[in-house]
Amino acid sequence: MRGSRAGGPKQATATARNRGGGSGSGGGASRGRGGVARGPGNAWQHLVLRLAVLVLVLAVWQLAAEAHGSVYFPPPGRIAHRMYELWFSGPVRRVFLTDAAVADVLPSLGRMAAGFGIAALTGIALGVAVGRSRRVYALCNPVLQFARAVPPPALVPVFVVVLDLGTQMQIASIAFSAVWPVLINTAEGVRNTDPLRLDVAAVLRLHPVERLWFLLLPSALPRIFAGLRLSLSLALILMVFSELLPGSANGIGFTLTDAQSRSDLLTVWAALLLLGILGYLLNTALLAAERRLVGRGRRTA
Amino acid sequence: MTLRLDSLGQRYGEQVVLHDIDLTVPDGQLLCVVGPSGCGKSTLLRTVAGLQPAYEGSVSIDGTPVTGVPDQLAVVFQDYGRSLFPWLTVRDNVALPLRRRGLPRAERREQAERILERVGLEGAGRRHPWQLSGGMQQRVAIARALVCRPSLLLMDEPFGSLDAQTREDLEDLLLEVHRSDGATIVFVTHDIDESVYVGDRVVVLSPGPASHPVLDLPVTLPTKRDQITTRGLPEFVALRAQVGRAVRGPVASD
Repeated sequence: MRGSRAGGPKQATATARNRGGGSGSGGGASRGRGGVARGPGNAWQHLVLRLAVLVLVLAVWQLAAEAHGSVYFPPPGRIAHRMYELWFSGPVRRVFLTDAAVADVLPSLGRMAAGFGIAALTGIALGVAVGRSRRVYALCNPVLQFARAVPPPALVPVFVVVLDLGTQMQIASIAFSAVWPVLINTAEGVRNTDPLRLDVAAVLRLHPVERLWFLLLPSALPRIFAGLRLSLSLALILMVFSELLPGSANGIGFTLTDAQSRSDLLTVWAALLLLGILGYLLNTALLAAERRLVGRGRRTA
Repeated sequence: MTLRLDSLGQRYGEQVVLHDIDLTVPDGQLLCVVGPSGCGKSTLLRTVAGLQPAYEGSVSIDGTPVTGVPDQLAVVFQDYGRSLFPWLTVRDNVALPLRRRGLPRAERREQAERILERVGLEGAGRRHPWQLSGGMQQRVAIARALVCRPSLLLMDEPFGSLDAQTREDLEDLLLEVHRSDGATIVFVTHDIDESVYVGDRVVVLSPGPASHPVLDLPVTLPTKRDQITTRGLPEFVALRAQVGRAVRGPVASD
């Protein structure tokens, strides 16, 4: 039933569907299907295979980089070591974080969390408001599609002018870019609430808040998470981008430009690796949250 | 509760679905509404439930016109998979209608457990609907409808998608509930046998469009019914034939 919802924000929908192809369960019917198709032995095999591919890629990279010996493409071992030196060789009582990590990584994460948090809350709230009424949805949809179509980094200069450089501008850029996918997907999810269930809610005479809490939000939840995943990746992009601007004082993006201006390619690579790892971990955390929340409510029939 | 339909008409756009329906269901009666698919049986129930305003005529309960969803009303839909909320446990599904009574959580849960026991689902409260069989899910839906002790119960082909054995068990459950609670029940079905077995009275609707009652038949069977004996009674066979002829219409009867 849920899978057949095409239409609407196409790009947003398509990208959302493609997530985590290999990561096993995650969505609807796979709860039932996963058990049949893939026993525990198979799951282990799968994990080992995935790790093997990762190790293979790293080994090839390492060997190629060592053989070439270029300063521009250092081997992954050295990149990882620099990463460790820079950020994770601190004292135990600070969970191994160095001064540099506290000065750059944490502010970046903080701004991203703030921006993403604002985007998620406003997006869900406005999405519910838009999605509840067919009329409002029809009226707002073109505007939303337009807002989403503007490449988010292009808006950063506007925020720089309006809010000046600094944390406020950075958080605003992140929030403003990340809000659209959640908003659009939430609206779409709420709009597609099963009409029979709306009848049920009417017959049970649930009042609006109960209807929101027991029907609209749970049934839109898979779509909300699809939106959140897109928003999260946009938030990460905007986090870095807003820190690349001249005048930034700290952050992972700042570390990147700073290292680049000193031709410290190893640090540039270390920052890139760190960003990749952060992105991966954040997405994994979101998927775990989704599996916990959405997994309970999946129907099999 | 006495339910009264006064020259009720219903249409979707130009299409006339129901035409000039006059019907009174006295307090405590179990009325079966039979008709071929697409004759507007569900529309009739939706109108009585206040989900759809009457286009012509009126619906009233104990003399009060129905404008919204009436108090003391419960509905059981055919599609239990969609009508139950899969993200809630069975117990929370059943306890949901009790929220508007302002009862504390513990009390709601206790009442839900009690009603679940009554429909034969003791111990299933902590599971989720999709972990149960179709028949059990429909029992949950019935429990959810009964938990507020409705005086008017509407059932829209509730057993239509269940296998024969399960369906018979649920028919007997319904009869038991009706005997002990005495609610007025409107039971919509396309199954002729079922209508005669379950009903105190059977009303047959003509095929659509502009569907209207073509037969209004009291079921003169003993109140105490049994799947094997009752269905074997000559009266049962005669009533079934009468309803069957009305459903098939004049074309097929010659």
